[in-house]
Amino acid sequence: MSKNLRVKSSKFIDETYKVSFKFNGTTYYGYKGDTLASALLANDIHLVGRSFKYHRPRGIMTAGSEEPNAIVQLHNNTSRTEPNVRATEIEIYEGLEASSQNCWPSVNFDIGGINNFLSPVLPAGFYYKTFMWPANFWEKYEYFIRKSAGLGKSPTEPDPDIYEHKYIHCDVLVIGAGISGIMAAKTAAKNGFKTLLVDEKSYLGGSTIYQNSEQFKINNQISNSWLEKEINEIKKFENLEIKTRTSVAAFHGYNFLLARENLTDHLPLDQRTNKTRQRLLKIRAKKVITATGALERPLIFDNNDRPGILLSSAIEKYANLFGVACGEKNVLFTNNDSAYETAISLYQKGINIEAIIDNREEIDSKLIKEAEKNNIKIYKGFTIVNTFGYKRINKISIMQLSKDGQKVVGSKISISCDCLGISGGWTPAVHLFTQSGGKLKFRDEDQVFIPDIYPSDQISVGSCNGDFTLDEIISSVPNKLKEFLNIKKTDYDNLEIYSSYNKSKRNIWLLPSDKVIGKTKPFVDYQNDATAKDIKLALREGFRSIEHVKRYTTTGMGTDQGKLGNMHALGIISETAGSKMGELGTTTFRPPYTPLTFGTIVGRNVGEYFDIFRKTPIHDWHVKNKAEFENVGQWKRAWYYPKDGENMHDAVQRESKAARDSAGILDASTLGKIDIQGTDASEFLNRVYTNAWSKLAIGKCRYGLMLNEDGMVYDDGVTTRLGENHYIMTTTTGGAATVLGKLEDYLQTEWPELDVYLTSVTDHYATISVCGPNSKKIVSQVIPELDFSDESFPHMSFKNTKIDKIKCRVMRISFTGEHSYEINVQANYGKSVWEKCMEAGKEFNITPYGTETMHLLRAEKGFIIVGQDTDATMTPIDLQMNWIVSKKKYDFIGKRSLYRSDTIRDDRKQLVGLLTENPDEVLEEGAQIVADIKKSPIEMLGHVTSSYYSPNLKKSIALGVIKGGKNMMGQKLIIPMENKQINVTVADPVFLDKENKRLNA
Amino acid sequence: MFVIKCPFCGEREQSEFKAGGEAHIIRPKQPTELSDDQWAEYLFMRKNIKGIQFERWVHTHGCRKWFNVVRDTSSDKIKAVYKMGEKPPSE
Ligand SMILES: [Zn+2]
Repeated sequence: MSKNLRVKSSKFIDETYKVSFKFNGTTYYGYKGDTLASALLANDIHLVGRSFKYHRPRGIMTAGSEEPNAIVQLHNNTSRTEPNVRATEIEIYEGLEASSQNCWPSVNFDIGGINNFLSPVLPAGFYYKTFMWPANFWEKYEYFIRKSAGLGKSPTEPDPDIYEHKYIHCDVLVIGAGISGIMAAKTAAKNGFKTLLVDEKSYLGGSTIYQNSEQFKINNQISNSWLEKEINEIKKFENLEIKTRTSVAAFHGYNFLLARENLTDHLPLDQRTNKTRQRLLKIRAKKVITATGALERPLIFDNNDRPGILLSSAIEKYANLFGVACGEKNVLFTNNDSAYETAISLYQKGINIEAIIDNREEIDSKLIKEAEKNNIKIYKGFTIVNTFGYKRINKISIMQLSKDGQKVVGSKISISCDCLGISGGWTPAVHLFTQSGGKLKFRDEDQVFIPDIYPSDQISVGSCNGDFTLDEIISSVPNKLKEFLNIKKTDYDNLEIYSSYNKSKRNIWLLPSDKVIGKTKPFVDYQNDATAKDIKLALREGFRSIEHVKRYTTTGMGTDQGKLGNMHALGIISETAGSKMGELGTTTFRPPYTPLTFGTIVGRNVGEYFDIFRKTPIHDWHVKNKAEFENVGQWKRAWYYPKDGENMHDAVQRESKAARDSAGILDASTLGKIDIQGTDASEFLNRVYTNAWSKLAIGKCRYGLMLNEDGMVYDDGVTTRLGENHYIMTTTTGGAATVLGKLEDYLQTEWPELDVYLTSVTDHYATISVCGPNSKKIVSQVIPELDFSDESFPHMSFKNTKIDKIKCRVMRISFTGEHSYEINVQANYGKSVWEKCMEAGKEFNITPYGTETMHLLRAEKGFIIVGQDTDATMTPIDLQMNWIVSKKKYDFIGKRSLYRSDTIRDDRKQLVGLLTENPDEVLEEGAQIVADIKKSPIEMLGHVTSSYYSPNLKKSIALGVIKGGKNMMGQKLIIPMENKQINVTVADPVFLDKENKRLNA
Repeated sequence: MFVIKCPFCGEREQSEFKAGGEAHIIRPKQPTELSDDQWAEYLFMRKNIKGIQFERWVHTHGCRKWFNVVRDTSSDKIKAVYKMGEKPPSE
């Protein structure tokens, strides 16, 4: 059995509440309040995963969200499985099951581990250099790389949890509830600001809250008890909202921030039912105070990645907060005073410390004296040159540093240990600040980047601003708050501080070794296995920009975004290339700060709510009558109505034939409808359509084509004159919203003098189109009081009438070439009028048809569909629709563009009909059209835009666009397909009833 | 995401608006009298400034009114908003 390393009770851990969990299949116990990492360490487990490239054994490295190694898969093979969870963040709960990632077949026996021995042949850029050649081998490489490398498994079942989004508006947002954040939040709240305080952890107080040594005092109280009182006070403010387990993921411009609030991830599984799991907070703050603290830096030396090597501050946290010893024989390695804080904490808890290795030669602070007083052996001016132990560190060897710190001198000393704490100083957590667009400056004295220029109303306070020590924080934060919040005083203006910390530091980015660098493995990015050697190699190969080195070596490209090692990478580059740190810049930190689940990002927009859709008033009838639907923009439109097991082709052939032989009925309610009124309505239409409108009589309809100012076809539809100053315009289904927007734009910005009012009425009317030789008989039965004679109600005219007292508009217009009527009725009567038409049409076998048949019927007539036969490069002239372009009108939108040198070229692509040599061969829409198959390269003349088998003509028909097609009538062309060539002839695009006899049949 | 102060409705989220390109480009009154080059100048040529730029925006999911915005494209700071037809701020 494993050891129990729980050393002393901690008030943050509830030892009366035992929690069992599984890690890699074995059951362990921890306590409520433990993270998975602290519970594993209490069971003496360090080895939790394998590294990405070399598959080296890796252990828990940190105690926070910056963890590079201890990333686990939760609840493998269930719908709730989640990869890339940091063991240092997830709180344990009854039933937790976690497993190591990135090791196959198991963490203790890992096939990829052989990469470690092959590492001389796996340098930086190895994947780029090797697996790229030969190109067609990639599929084979990929299989092995994915299987042995991958970063976790994504779930294969739908996520059963509930997520939501919430907007929050506040005066002041404080990010981070460490000592600086608590001071900021209390000051803001006390001065009446509506304040929100968020922290990613489950508790408030940051690292100060478990700091209980006599070495750090505020007003003569140990700093943690002072802070505890402050926390109790802030909880009383009604204008201060506190959210723990809430991690800010992104800081955008204008103080817009995204945060993830974890609500149930710490609860036992059976207590999560029907609760929201995570919430995405969309925060808009007038002012932002960033108090995100600092991350401890590791030190870069040979084999600095073994399980059992942790950040020194993490060891302190495990001891003080969780009451867990990370080892029984501890060694600390440092270049600054922080490790002595750890040493004193361990000593207080009775945890054994073998030695402290300090890079600094001459050191003298109260903190160090305190350590020496406790008989801790300190090696001053020494460095670690190597570590030993495969699955757990068991020994280190150290040597003395030369005066300049560039090499090691003297003889090696071995020290055995089972845990090594490393401390390379601190890096301000400026990630969110830079995301917001903030600019950093480099502070030479302690080699850190700190905030310089703020892009919005925000400040950074405390460690994230480079004020690391207790006395620096207490002396800087109150003044910054006073200026930022424009207030006279704070509660912290006259605090008395005792701090025994000395700021001296000996910064060496890459520590020297007794071996040449080629023989060492000093890891800079633990998750991606990038070493100092790789960075030096990249520089030798000519890379200079930090962004390029990052990509070539993959430094900083893991799920932790290199939170630990990025500074060292910069340092090594600047030392090797001889450039100054401040001038190199930093890599860009991108959101999210820590990974977000997809569930949080989509919130409630899942399943049928993922993308909203619109239904016509007749939708339920189509569903009941087994229609298949097609998405057109946001609309669900009936596509075809299969009968008795028909496939799509058979259904469309039957519907198309019925519409021409007797009668068909179509739900056209989705067409855009714009009501246009005003004394200048006619003039307005003249300006937006290519044809003339002034002379259109009241009660008449006209087809119109709308262009963009560049002369390209934009939309089309029939517009009806309802009165002297009143029109109703129809647009394409997909164009309704953009056409209205464009018309409003011109009215408001170019022609504000016109008296015109536009109202979208698309949803207000249902539109039912009845077509075919028997359409008149059917519609006249539905509306008996209306005179349907050609004299009274000719093609392209409209009537106001009533169906059972319900007002409706009937237009005699046609998109199929058949005699047809469109009934427009208030939307909620749509279904009943549709059913009346079905009833009246029974004796004529009235056949409902969908969009596919509509497209086929209009293609037989050579009518275009904007967006299918056009693609924003087609003018009306290209479409052979010269007839609709007014020669008389002085101006309309797009007119001038129709005679630019480019638009009058003869060899533009022009719309033509296409007939296949074999009348049964149906072309593929999008197929390329060529003339000479032998020419190399083959010249592409154009492509097929619409293609159908016409049951009425009993042959295949198609429309296409071809360079100079207008003058190629009768010419034979070729459509090369994957395994054949299809011979076609260029034809007139009007295939059926060129004389329009059927309109009046 | 910006906060834009619609001159008719007040401050709203950027997601309620749509950008409409450079402002103060007036559609020629007599397009037919322009050369191809002059027409192309109106139709295609835009300044795309890094710095202070005058732009058109429309409050699509609101009052549907077009108006002008003065924005610093390098910082995204909005310096002024004013209605269509009003004179741009001189500074
Ligand atoms: Zn508005």
